Parts: sequence; structure tokens; C-alpha cells
Amino acid sequence: MKIAVCIKQVPTREWQPRLNDSKTWIREQDVSYEMNEPDAYALEEALRLREKHGGEVVVCSAGPARVQTVIREALARGADRAIHVEHDSLGAADAFVIAEALAAAMKDENFDLVLTGLQSDDQGHGQTGVILAERLGMPSSTIIMDVQVDSSTGSGQVAALRVKRELEGGWFQWIAMPLPALLTIQSGINQLRYATLKGIMAAKKKEIRKAALPDGLQPAQQIVGLAVPTRSKQTQMINGSPADAAKELVRRLREEARAL
Amino acid sequence: MILVIAEQRDGKLNRATWETIAAAQQLAGGMPIKVAVLGGATGAVAQEVASAAVAEVLVAEHAALEPYTPDAYASASRSLIESASPTYVLLPHTYQTRDFAPLLAARLRKPLITDVTAISGTGADAAFVRPMFQGKLAAHVKPAGGPPAIVTTQIGAFRADAAQKGGSAAVRKVDIQVDPGAVRQKPEAPFREAKQAVDLGQAERIVAVGRGIKSQENIPLAEKLAKAMDAEVAASRPICDNGWLPMERQIGSSGQTVAPKLYVALGISGAIQHLVGMKGSRTIVAINKDAEAPIFEVADYGIVGDLFEIAPAIITELEKS
Repeated sequence: MKIAVCIKQVPTREWQPRLNDSKTWIREQDVSYEMNEPDAYALEEALRLREKHGGEVVVCSAGPARVQTVIREALARGADRAIHVEHDSLGAADAFVIAEALAAAMKDENFDLVLTGLQSDDQGHGQTGVILAERLGMPSSTIIMDVQVDSSTGSGQVAALRVKRELEGGWFQWIAMPLPALLTIQSGINQLRYATLKGIMAAKKKEIRKAALPDGLQPAQQIVGLAVPTRSKQTQMINGSPADAAKELVRRLREEARAL
Repeated sequence: MILVIAEQRDGKLNRATWETIAAAQQLAGGMPIKVAVLGGATGAVAQEVASAAVAEVLVAEHAALEPYTPDAYASASRSLIESASPTYVLLPHTYQTRDFAPLLAARLRKPLITDVTAISGTGADAAFVRPMFQGKLAAHVKPAGGPPAIVTTQIGAFRADAAQKGGSAAVRKVDIQVDPGAVRQKPEAPFREAKQAVDLGQAERIVAVGRGIKSQENIPLAEKLAKAMDAEVAASRPICDNGWLPMERQIGSSGQTVAPKLYVALGISGAIQHLVGMKGSRTIVAINKDAEAPIFEVADYGIVGDLFEIAPAIITELEKS
């Protein structure tokens, strides 16, 4: 089975936001980056499917040169090769542009299965995977917590895929679909593996195919302003040593809030 | 014109639709609002939303819409939008919307602005406020490339009880095009996995732990604090994903929604998926090492610091009396 995994590089969880001068994007020179967490789960799921059914795992990423770091990391964890749509403008691009850029680079590969994380931890549109599916002419299903492939039926137009979709409030649903298909993967679907030293060494020799950004892609939305969100509540901050803060908190919970 | 696509299952309206109607009324600036109800058989849902102050309710029934699939819903919505020509299409940001709205946008080649928490301005000039970077920043965004723009409203961001009622709007059946042969997903019946042994919805107090607890060995600290407060233990998603606490103790959009008297968030940064499950709590305490963590935006009391020092100090304090 030929599996693609789309991976985005996003600011780390510890990153403290700082804005650019026009307050329409972040100050990129301050940022340290990591692999988007839901994408890491998608990669792990792809590696597990390859271990079970054979084939190859191809990492696909659209972004500036810096995204090579997460591509190498994915190769070190076990992906076979990579496709990188490289352009400086892709760091701040919206879901339409990213999906179109990936689709152009991926369409001739004829993947059987494409996995993405359900959303990115940066812009968080939650659209790239589904738009990509439509551009690749595949059915999609989102927020997936289990993937079963019926290898006996091969990759023809049969119900070869059965996936568990998460619904709200603890409900789930199984859905059958033909292959090829695209799934957006929910965090927590599996236990992540980390790169071994051997994997890191092997990754250095793996192929990263560079693809050009197609001309004329138009964003579907524009960020006109970016700001630290306004507080909806007046939070009373309690300062002091741990012992003092604890004492004051307990007093206020008893006397003001009457919650204890 | 603004088209609101209501969400219903088995003839029962998803209450979040009222929040979306309230958002549409705020956005309208004189534009008429229509509400569309889609499904196999939509029962009394159309009558229910017809009590809103809207121009018209459109009922689009088709056998291929039952059970829900993204392919059928995207086709039906596209058909509706192409005949109604709205400026905006509004939907609640539910898991179902998240499944089919991007497909609809891709097919129409029109913008989709998701998870909107506020609207600034009205009519064609409006800007939509949505979280970015895990809620650390709020972006004002505008659609590009001409109408319609599809907008999804974050659950709980607009008040359902703010939706203006206006007697009874006309209900009209409309024809929509859905090719059942083009529907590729074959869904089975929904099911529930956890037996829900703990009903956190009934708890008066909850101590919830997040990533800040660092490892499974530290979970007993949260349990000890909960015991001292006479509270139930709960968790944010990553803790349950790691198996440190069972899934049925998860609070958030994929877990339980709670509104206890006291909610203590221990090392929880406050991703929106978590906040929607607990922000209705009466008193919220946030303890986090990161002063910028979004959890402080919903907290009544906040302590910035090391939870491994503060939680034991609270336990000591509670044991004094």
C-alpha cells in the first residue's frame, strides 16, 4: 500500500507569541518549531499500516526551507521518502493554498491512502486534509480513531477501508469507504514512537523530492489583524510563595466563592 | 442574504444551531436570514427554528441524507447555496460541520472561516474573529474572492438565548440535488464506548489535570488534591490519550461537558477543545506555570507557578482545618 502522510511544522507549545510590525502575523525570527501533534499521530498510524500491509510511507509537506527539520524527523521515525513543496510564502498560507500546493505535488503519485492530522496547532483551520481529498478526487473521513484495511480486496473500488470516526460526547461510528481515500487523524489514536539513532542516521540518505509551488494560487481568506485575546473574565491572580498563595486561594474559595 | 444551515439528527435540533442563528442576527446588518434544515426526514425541526426572527425556513429533505455522510451533505448544501445565492453561509462548528464544510468549500471554491468566536462589523464588511496558535492569539479574518463565504461558529461563543424570536417564519420545502451513487462513505450506527461509570456532570467539584502533570507517576498528587477538596478527578485529552486516566474522565468537546460549583485546572493550558467542556463552571481556578496560558482567560482565580509546589501546599492548607 502506498501511503502519504501530510505534515506541518508549527510553533512549539512553549512558544510565547510575538507579532510582526503590521500585527498581521507572528514574528517568525523568534519562533522555535516542532511537528504538528495530530500529524505525528497520522505518521505513526501510517508506519503501523505499512508494518501490517507492506508498501511505503511518503511524507509530504508544504512550507519554507525550515520544514526540512520535521521532514527529516519523520524520515528518522521510519518514513521511506518525502516530497517538499518549498516556498517562503507557505509559512503563513491558508488551508486552500496549502491543499492546492500539496495536491499538485502528490497527484501523479497515485497514493492508495493519504493521512493528515485533523487540524494544525498554528492556524487551526481544520480544512487542509478534506480540501486535498477533493482535489485528489478521493473520499474523505475526519477525526479518525482507528483504521482497518481489508488487504484481501486490494485497492480496487471496493469497500476496502473501515474507519472509526469520533463523534461528540464519547460517541463513535464505523464508516466503510473505497480506496484510495484520505483520512484526518485524531490525536491519541496510537502511541507515538520516537526516532532511534539508527533511524536518524538512515534518514540522512533518504530522498526528499522538491516540488515547486504552482503559480496563481489565491488565498481564500486574509488575516487583517492578530492580537492577544481579550479576557472574558476578570481573573484574580494570587501571588506569593506556594504556601501563601495556597492559603489565600483556600480562603477566597471558602469566603468569596463559597465553593469549598 | 445569510443562510444558516441547521444541524439535526433523528428529527432533533442540535441546540448549537440557536447560537449560530444569534450570530447570523448579529452579522446581518439588514440582510435577510434564512434557515435551512437538511435531512432524510426532519420532523418538527423546521417548526422549531421558524420561531426565530428570520425571513424564511427552507426544508431540504432527501433519502440520501440519512444517515449523515459528508458526500451527501456537501452535495445537498451546494445545491441549496447555488439556488439561494447567499452572501454568507453560517453553521455551528460541530464535528459534523468539520467533516463536510471543508468539502463544500472545496467544491464551491469559496472561503471557509472556521471556529469563529466573535464578529466585528456587519454585512459584507464584517471581519470574523477566530482563535489561532492554540488560542494564544485571536485573528480578525476576512474572506477573499467574493461571496458566498462559509463561516462556522464556535460552540458556546454566541449565546443561544440571545437569538431573537419573531413569531413564525414561513416554512418552504425546496428541491435539492443529491446523487446517491456519488456518496462514497457507508456509515454504521453510532455507538458509545466507555460505560460512563463516572458521571462527571453530577460532580459538585472537579480537579482536572493536564500536560503539566508531566508523567503518570504524578497523577496521585491530583487525586490527593481532589480528595482534600471532596472533588472528582478529571483530565484534558492528552492525559486520557496517554492512558494515565480512563477516557470517561475526559473533559472537552470529545469528552464530557461539565459545569460544577468548582473546577480546578491543574497544569491545563486551556486548548479550546478543553474550554468548551468546562467554561460554564461557576468558579474556575487555574494553576499553571505559563502566565500566558489561555486557561487564565476563563479563570476566576489564577496562580502562576509550579503545580508540584502549589498543589501540596493547598492540600496542607485544607488539612489544617
